[in-house]
Amino acid sequence: MSVLVNKNTRLICQGFTGSHGTFHSEQAIKYGTKLVGGVTPKKGGQKHLDLPVFNTVQEAKEITSANASMIYVPPKFAGSAIIEAIEAKIELIVCITEGIPILDMIKVKQILKNSSSRLIGPNSPGVITPEECKIGIMPGNIHKKGSVGIVSRSGTLTYEAVAQTSSNGMGQSTCIGIGGDPINGTSFIDCLELFFKDEETKSIVMIGEIGGTAEEEACEFIKREKIKKPMVGFIAGLTAPPGRRMGHAGAIISGGKGGAEDKIDVMRSAGISISKSPADIGKTLYNKLNG
Amino acid sequence: MNIHEHQAKQILKKFGVPIPEGVFGLTVEELLEKCKSLKTNKYVLKAQIHAGGRGKAGGVKILDNLSELEKSAKELFGKKLITHQTGPEGREVKRLYVEESSNIDKEFYLSCLVDRASSKIAFISSDQGGVDIEEVASKSPDKILTTKVELKEEISDEECETIIKIFQLKGNSKNEAIFLIKSIYKMFVKTDANMVEVNPLILTKEEKIICLDAKVNFDSNALFRQPEILELRDLNEEEPAEIEASKHDLAYIKLDGNIGCMVNGAGLAMATMDIIKQYGEEPANFLDVGGGASKEKVSAAFKIILSDKNVKGILINIFGGIMRCDVLAQGVVDAAKEINIEVPLVVRLAGTNFKEGKEILDNSGLKLISAENLDDAAKKIVEAIK
Repeated sequence: MSVLVNKNTRLICQGFTGSHGTFHSEQAIKYGTKLVGGVTPKKGGQKHLDLPVFNTVQEAKEITSANASMIYVPPKFAGSAIIEAIEAKIELIVCITEGIPILDMIKVKQILKNSSSRLIGPNSPGVITPEECKIGIMPGNIHKKGSVGIVSRSGTLTYEAVAQTSSNGMGQSTCIGIGGDPINGTSFIDCLELFFKDEETKSIVMIGEIGGTAEEEACEFIKREKIKKPMVGFIAGLTAPPGRRMGHAGAIISGGKGGAEDKIDVMRSAGISISKSPADIGKTLYNKLNG
Repeated sequence: MNIHEHQAKQILKKFGVPIPEGVFGLTVEELLEKCKSLKTNKYVLKAQIHAGGRGKAGGVKILDNLSELEKSAKELFGKKLITHQTGPEGREVKRLYVEESSNIDKEFYLSCLVDRASSKIAFISSDQGGVDIEEVASKSPDKILTTKVELKEEISDEECETIIKIFQLKGNSKNEAIFLIKSIYKMFVKTDANMVEVNPLILTKEEKIICLDAKVNFDSNALFRQPEILELRDLNEEEPAEIEASKHDLAYIKLDGNIGCMVNGAGLAMATMDIIKQYGEEPANFLDVGGGASKEKVSAAFKIILSDKNVKGILINIFGGIMRCDVLAQGVVDAAKEINIEVPLVVRLAGTNFKEGKEILDNSGLKLISAENLDDAAKKIVEAIK
């Protein structure tokens, strides 16, 4: 077992023939992901990377029986691309695109709420179950099959946690990048729920950053849950000057809420061990389980 | 993207929101000439800078006549205002705004923003206006009302009534307030605003509802479809290095330390700053080169970091995913050909094509210190600048 994706996941790529879509589709195929086709409007009927190109997600789904989609469509059109995938009833939609207008995402959320789809992202590095299925932009070779579930708001910081848990031999069950934007499809809570139920996941790493209250809400959830698993957390942004935008729209400290110190305190009170340094995430988890 | 108060008020006015009559000038002469059109016995002079807390810093003055106005305008123009939002270096006043004065009966607080947790649009209203609203929120949260509204064409009368209930208005002023909420909602949605804050919103002695101040900022990701808003950008209010960075689509923020940082990903960039601090030094900047950066972009980033004279050393920390380490390395080598690098350079490469990247750097003849991992990199750069 693992969560969200595995060797049976049938994936399509929206924005298939663009440069990012092409590069990361190639990488996914190399990794062993079952990529079954792609979507680029007006290019239907062509072949790309030896796979069929379709005009619409609906058509792609009907012909390939895809149950997941990864989106590399430019920000202007990414909101509509997500909505198209929801309307085609794709089970898992992973949106890599960064920079989608926030009002477009509110609209997406309204439609997502009454649907059967799950959205990961936007502004997400993707989802990977090592040695089975890679959906996204993460470098595949740093991952190793194992028992740590990783959930993170940051892309490259996730790689840091992955590399550390690979080198100490623990490996990962599934890694989920929920994305750095203020509005996203899947929250920390959703991922923790999945990891708590998953037998293969023995421990969890949760990586947050300043801004918003997603980490605080996740801790409330952990406190209420009966099933618990050993967890290590890291929060980026202890030294960030207040009130300044840090690249991600998500990383804004506002009204005294969402500061790194506050988040760390709340996480500790929920039983999560905090790694003070981003270089010690793997070590902190290893010591917690073996010390 | 932030805009000035006078610009924000013009947008509000376009959507039907009542504001005091006002004029602005980029010089004192222009301002005084335009002031002749105002019909008032008192003038309100307001410095236009992109920061809150102007009143306490002496940036707002009430004056009885044009000669007093001229005197104050001359004093204020070119002055550096230091408020809690400008930082210790302050912000130079380069434009002034003058408004007709209002007869204030009551002051309220009103703002509109996106609520992340519920993915809705939230209005925050309070009968405690004209004061520090964060203090009100922490000391007497019952004086603050938050109302969440779905994204749609138009906000309903019932929702407007809920939002303004806390103002306890009656008769015509209540209707005016409902209309005001509708107008702000429409403006918010149509212009891709991030936040609209009116503090204070006032009820005048003549029972009119007016926005006395306005802070508005916009979703930078939506500016591609808001050309009129984009025109309001004032480069005078931004750090020159940050303007240069934005031209190359780099997320750069200047800070006060000595160690320049070039990192990919906002989270890793912040974590890199954090670990530098843990080893006892301060970062000189936040810089996220982003995902699919070209070597030109990396080269531009490198020059921007070095344009800060406080930089005594540079730490490059790249964990390649979408970003390829060989592209990064080539960008650094290209930049080094154009500018003389006199400070120590520590490089840590991991992930996509890190071997190719290392080779390019090793063969470049550049003097640099290679690091194995993040911890090693932070230690080495802190040691190198001692």
